[in-house]
Amino acid sequence: MTKPLNNRAWFFVLPVFAIVAFSAILPIMTVVNYSVQDTFGNNQFFWNGIGWFQELLDPSSQLGEQFLSSLMRTLLFSAIILLIEVPLGIAVALSMPREGWTVALCLVLMALPLLIPWNVVGTIWQVFARGDIGLLGWVVNRLGIDYNYTGDPIDAWVTIIVMDVWHWTSLVALLCYAGLKSIPDAYYQAARIDGASRWAVFRTIQLPKMRRVLLIAVLLRFMDSFMIYTEPFVLTGGGPGNATTFLSIDLVKLALGQFDLGKAAAMSLVYNLIILAICWVFYTVMTNVDAERERIEA
Amino acid sequence: MARITLDHLAHAYKANPRNAEDYALKEINHVWSQGGAYALLGPSGCGKTTLLNIISGLVRPTRGRVLFDELDVTDLSTESRNIAQVFQFPVVYDTMTVRENLAFPLKNRNVPRDRTARRVEEIASLLDLTRVLDRKASNLTADMKQKISLGRGLVRPDVAAILFDEPLTVIDPHLKWQLRSTLKEIHRALDITMIYVTHDQTEALTFADKVVVMHDGAVVQTGTPEELFERPAHTFVGHFIGSPGMNILPCRVEGSTAFVGNTMISLRRVYRTLSDGEHIELGIRPEFVRLQPKGAGLPVQVRRIDDIGRARIARVEMNGRSLAASVPDGISIEGREASLVLDPKHVHIYANGHLVAGEANGGQTS
Repeated sequence: MTKPLNNRAWFFVLPVFAIVAFSAILPIMTVVNYSVQDTFGNNQFFWNGIGWFQELLDPSSQLGEQFLSSLMRTLLFSAIILLIEVPLGIAVALSMPREGWTVALCLVLMALPLLIPWNVVGTIWQVFARGDIGLLGWVVNRLGIDYNYTGDPIDAWVTIIVMDVWHWTSLVALLCYAGLKSIPDAYYQAARIDGASRWAVFRTIQLPKMRRVLLIAVLLRFMDSFMIYTEPFVLTGGGPGNATTFLSIDLVKLALGQFDLGKAAAMSLVYNLIILAICWVFYTVMTNVDAERERIEA
Repeated sequence: MARITLDHLAHAYKANPRNAEDYALKEINHVWSQGGAYALLGPSGCGKTTLLNIISGLVRPTRGRVLFDELDVTDLSTESRNIAQVFQFPVVYDTMTVRENLAFPLKNRNVPRDRTARRVEEIASLLDLTRVLDRKASNLTADMKQKISLGRGLVRPDVAAILFDEPLTVIDPHLKWQLRSTLKEIHRALDITMIYVTHDQTEALTFADKVVVMHDGAVVQTGTPEELFERPAHTFVGHFIGSPGMNILPCRVEGSTAFVGNTMISLRRVYRTLSDGEHIELGIRPEFVRLQPKGAGLPVQVRRIDDIGRARIARVEMNGRSLAASVPDGISIEGREASLVLDPKHVHIYANGHLVAGEANGGQTS
């Protein structure tokens, strides 16, 4: 007996194919198409082969140098963000109350920054940090510290980092809090009976139990900070000079500012590949660690 | 090594307890003697875990004191009492090996490394953990993990008592027996007071020398397994222990005769002190009620007979009350009509749930 074939399944699958094609495959193919051509406007295109890619990856060229420095800035930014937000998020999660009405209050307060649209975050901090009318900038200047994020590269970086920490540490803290909540009381009681110090409890119980959520938090914060665009664009516009021109800002300048579609397309593809590669590494490490555990357990 | 005394102990989780209802643990006075194997038996929510946590110091009692020998430890923290506790779910430190897990309590107390190593080896061989000492604790089975939790308690040489909070809940049935006999062996080998909380009567009766039965926040009886079986001090003990539990029938008692409905049952003892307001019940275990073919004895209707392996138990009806009775070997019952023979030695009278002693009948002792 053969199974009756039912072709109706195609009616469900085809729309998905169509949507994915329109939303993902077609735009990417357009970008791939642009990345191998050059244009001088007027909708005239010339074949350029892998020329843009060669130029992009050659640091001695002007485009390559620009790309490399933006990439380095972005990597540095992501590293700083992870180094601050992950430990800070853990610390916040550890000091949050475990029960009572204060839990709800804390959760709402922590979630607030996450609910603000990104360009509004940029605008808030742009005003907040201004030396003349912004509360923060004014106070810092009155304290005798010369602070001007529009003029000084260090000040600009500090402002963007503080803004990102303000905006996103809650996410790490909330994830860690969820991990902490899943630890049964018996673990803490056993640790007390075993005479474990506060630090030993953190090292031997809390941190291992948070490992999973921490990996997710690190992954999310890495991707987000590596792709950051809106907030620094609103706050500093990539300046002063090129001090806060991250890859995303550089890309938009190239594509929309200079209308270098070919260069911008090549750059987006490389940018995309870098993110994919790093996420792949994360994913492999995570799944390998789990597989390793299962292998030993079996 | 210590005797543990509970002195007028009571605990309420509410802030301002007013009446008895507010207390999770009603006033209790009890002495756990050094080296005893105790079981704390009762249904879920009867306060046994609360009592255990008070002894280990995880919960501070609302009233009363806890003494270890003569020392008042009520206000001492858990880590400064010499107490070990094994929890319902095995607690192991995931990142550590079995060896590191066992050494952890000693490491925290700054015991020299060579002494720690020796002690860990000793305990590991006692618990049969030697061959997994260098494996990660997180990858072991539940019963192994529970042994590690136990080992972390035993590894401290000065430990006064080990408390078990339903430690076999997550263990496979065939390993339960094994682990329980390991516990008994350790108890014999180390002379440590063990208090074992459980709601499983088999566990309690096989593990303990003395069983403390709790009900609704209070201790209803303390005794050896035999005492609990033969002379339950409370109807709760009667029907909670034993399977099936004790038959409990409302009755009226006049002198040495009990009336269950219209049925007369003669008693071994005389009960003169019973007052009218009390709720009087008669209790007898199914093991002491024999089912006979219709004839002499109390007439009953047989509903069904269950074969529970080592015995046959009949479910019968007497004046509309259902009872369990044992069916002696070699007896077969035809039809629904049959008779019951009660062993008068094991008929107990309860007033408001509590056992009434009664007086010996005409100088005879039972």
